[in-house]
Amino acid sequence: MVKFIAGRLALAVLIMLGSAILSFSILTLAPGNAAEAILSAERADDPQLAEVESFMERHGLNNSRLIRLSQWLHMLSKGNFGISLRTGEPVAEEFRARFPATFELAASSMALAIIIALPFGVISAVKQNSILDNVIRFVALWGVSMPNFWLGLLLILCFGVILGWFPTYGSGSIVHLILPTITLGTSMTAILMRLQRASMLEVLNENYIRTARAKGLHEVLVIGKHAFKNTLIPVVTIIGMQFAHLLSGVVIVEQVFAWPGIGHFLVDSINARDYPVIQGFVLIIAFFFVLSNLIVDILYAFLDPRIRYGRTQ
Amino acid sequence: MSLLDIVNLNISFATRAGVVQASDEVSFKIRKGEALCLIGESGCGKSIVALGIMRLLPGNARISGKIFFNGRDLLSLHKKAMRKMRGRDIAMIFEQPAGCLNPVLSVGNQIAEAVKIHENCSGKISRQRAVDLMALVGIPCPCKRYSQYPYEFSGGMAQRVMIAMALASHPSLLIADEPTTSLDVTIQAQIIELLKNLVSQFNTSLLLITHDLGVAAQMCDSVVVMYAGGIIEKGRMSDVFKNPGHPYTQALLKAASGKEPASVKGSVPELTRLPDGCRFHPRCELSQDICRKIMPQMKKGVKCHIQKKT
Repeated sequence: MVKFIAGRLALAVLIMLGSAILSFSILTLAPGNAAEAILSAERADDPQLAEVESFMERHGLNNSRLIRLSQWLHMLSKGNFGISLRTGEPVAEEFRARFPATFELAASSMALAIIIALPFGVISAVKQNSILDNVIRFVALWGVSMPNFWLGLLLILCFGVILGWFPTYGSGSIVHLILPTITLGTSMTAILMRLQRASMLEVLNENYIRTARAKGLHEVLVIGKHAFKNTLIPVVTIIGMQFAHLLSGVVIVEQVFAWPGIGHFLVDSINARDYPVIQGFVLIIAFFFVLSNLIVDILYAFLDPRIRYGRTQ
Repeated sequence: MSLLDIVNLNISFATRAGVVQASDEVSFKIRKGEALCLIGESGCGKSIVALGIMRLLPGNARISGKIFFNGRDLLSLHKKAMRKMRGRDIAMIFEQPAGCLNPVLSVGNQIAEAVKIHENCSGKISRQRAVDLMALVGIPCPCKRYSQYPYEFSGGMAQRVMIAMALASHPSLLIADEPTTSLDVTIQAQIIELLKNLVSQFNTSLLLITHDLGVAAQMCDSVVVMYAGGIIEKGRMSDVFKNPGHPYTQALLKAASGKEPASVKGSVPELTRLPDGCRFHPRCELSQDICRKIMPQMKKGVKCHIQKKT
C-alpha cells in the first residue's frame, strides 16, 4: 500500500509538471496585456506607454516565453508560487487566505449531494418504474440540466429577494451557506442519484442477491447490506472526481453569491491578466484533482477485497 | 404425506415477444427423505419451477396452482411467512457458485449470516457454527478460510460454501439447480458425493435439477422429465431409465448413452410459439395426426398418444 501511494505521488509530480507547462503556455498565448490591465484598473484613465514599459520591465514580462517558463518552474521547484502582479502579495498566501471559504462551500455541497442522492438513488432503483422512481428521475434530469448561474439567480430572487429568508451574498454563517450550497450541489446530487440508481439496478440482477434472498434474509438487509456495498465502487469514483470538479466549479457560484473564495479571486485575476495567480491556482486545483483520485484509489481497497495494492496474488 | 406436493403449477412471463409459458400444469410430489430429479434440455422451465417453489421469480412472472409444503400452500403464504421458510425449511443452491457469493463479504461472514437469520444466536456462536459447517462440507483449514473472500475460492470450493450455507439450518428440502454444471468433471464427482452424503446424513429431501443423466441416476430415487414447460414423463428412476415410455425420454437416454455421438434431432420450440397438440411432435419420429392436434394426457406416468408403458 505504501509503495502504491509513493508511486502515485511520484506520478503526481509528473502530472503537475505537465499542467504547469500547459497552464503557462495557454496563458501566454491568450490575448491581453497584464501591465495595461492592471495599471488601468488602478487608475481611471488609460496608462501612459512609459508606465506600461516600466511595469513590464519590473516584472520581467519582456523576457521570452521560454525564459519566463523556466524561471517560473525554477521558482516552483523551491515551493515558491511567485507574487501577484495585482496585489503584490505571494500567490500561496492569497490562496491560503481564500481556500477555506471555497472548501467549506464545496464540502457542504458534496455532503448535501451524498445525503440526498444515495438514499433516493437506492429507493428509485428498488421501486423501479414506480411513480416515485419517475418523480426522482425527473428531478434528477432537471438537476443536471439546470445551469449553475441560472439556478443561483433563481434562488436569490425567490428566497433572498421575494421571501427574504436567506441573505443573497457574502459569507460567515450557516444561513449564508445555504443558497450557494444548493446552487453548487444540485447538479452533483442529480448526477450521483442517477449513478446510484443505475449501479443498484445492475447489482440487483446479480446472482448473489438471489442467494441472499434464498437464505431468507430480510429485503432491507438484502438491499442495505448485500447490494449497497457493491454499488459503492462506481459511486465513490464519481464522488472523488466530482469533488475536485466542485473546487473548480465554484468559480461561477462564488461570483453569483460574492463568496470570498478562490473562484471569486481567480475571476478577478483573469480579468487583470495576473499571470502568477492564474498559473498558481490552476496548478493547485490540478493538485487537488490528483489528490482526490488518489484517495478514491485508496478507498477502493477498503470497498472491494479483490483490490489490494502492491500484494502479489 | 408428501413433503412437497406441486399441483398444476403454471408460471408465465409477460414479455415483449409475447407470453412465455415456462411452466404448464406441472405436478409432482417429493416424499420426506426422497431425492427427485428434474431433467430436461436447457430452457425447458426446470429452474423456473425451482424459483417458483422459493417464490423468488422476477416481478413480471404470473404464477398459479398450488405448492403444498408440509400441507401448507406456499403460494398463499404471506410474504413474511414465506421469507421465514426460505433457508430454514427450503434451501437452494445454484449453478456457477462463484457468482452466487457476494464478492465484498467474507465467505465465513456469509455462512454465519445464514445461521443467524433463523437462529437468534450471538455472533460468536454463529461464527463457530459457520466454521463447523465449513469443516463439514470439506473445506480445508476452515478457520483460515473463514475470513477469505469469494475470489479466493475455486468453483468447487465456492459450491461447498454454498452447500454449507444451504444446510446451515438443516432444511427439510434442498433444491439444487444444476449444482455441478459449471465445474470440472473431477470436482463434479466430489460435489455429487458430498451432496449425497449430507442429504442422507440430515435426511433432507432433494430436488435436483440437471441435464446430466449420469448425475441424476447416481443420486435420485425418482425422476420428472420436462419438455417445453410441461412434464412429459415421471416415475421411479430405475423404471424410467430402464424402460423409458416417452419418445423424448428415449431419445435423451440414447443421446446420453454415449455409444454413438447422437443428439435429439431438432431443437426445443420457442416458449412463445408452442406447437399445437403434443409439444414434442415436430421432433418426434413416431408422430401421427392425433399428436399434431390433441395434447396427450398423462397416463401411467407418460404423456404420449403412441407409446404406452409396457
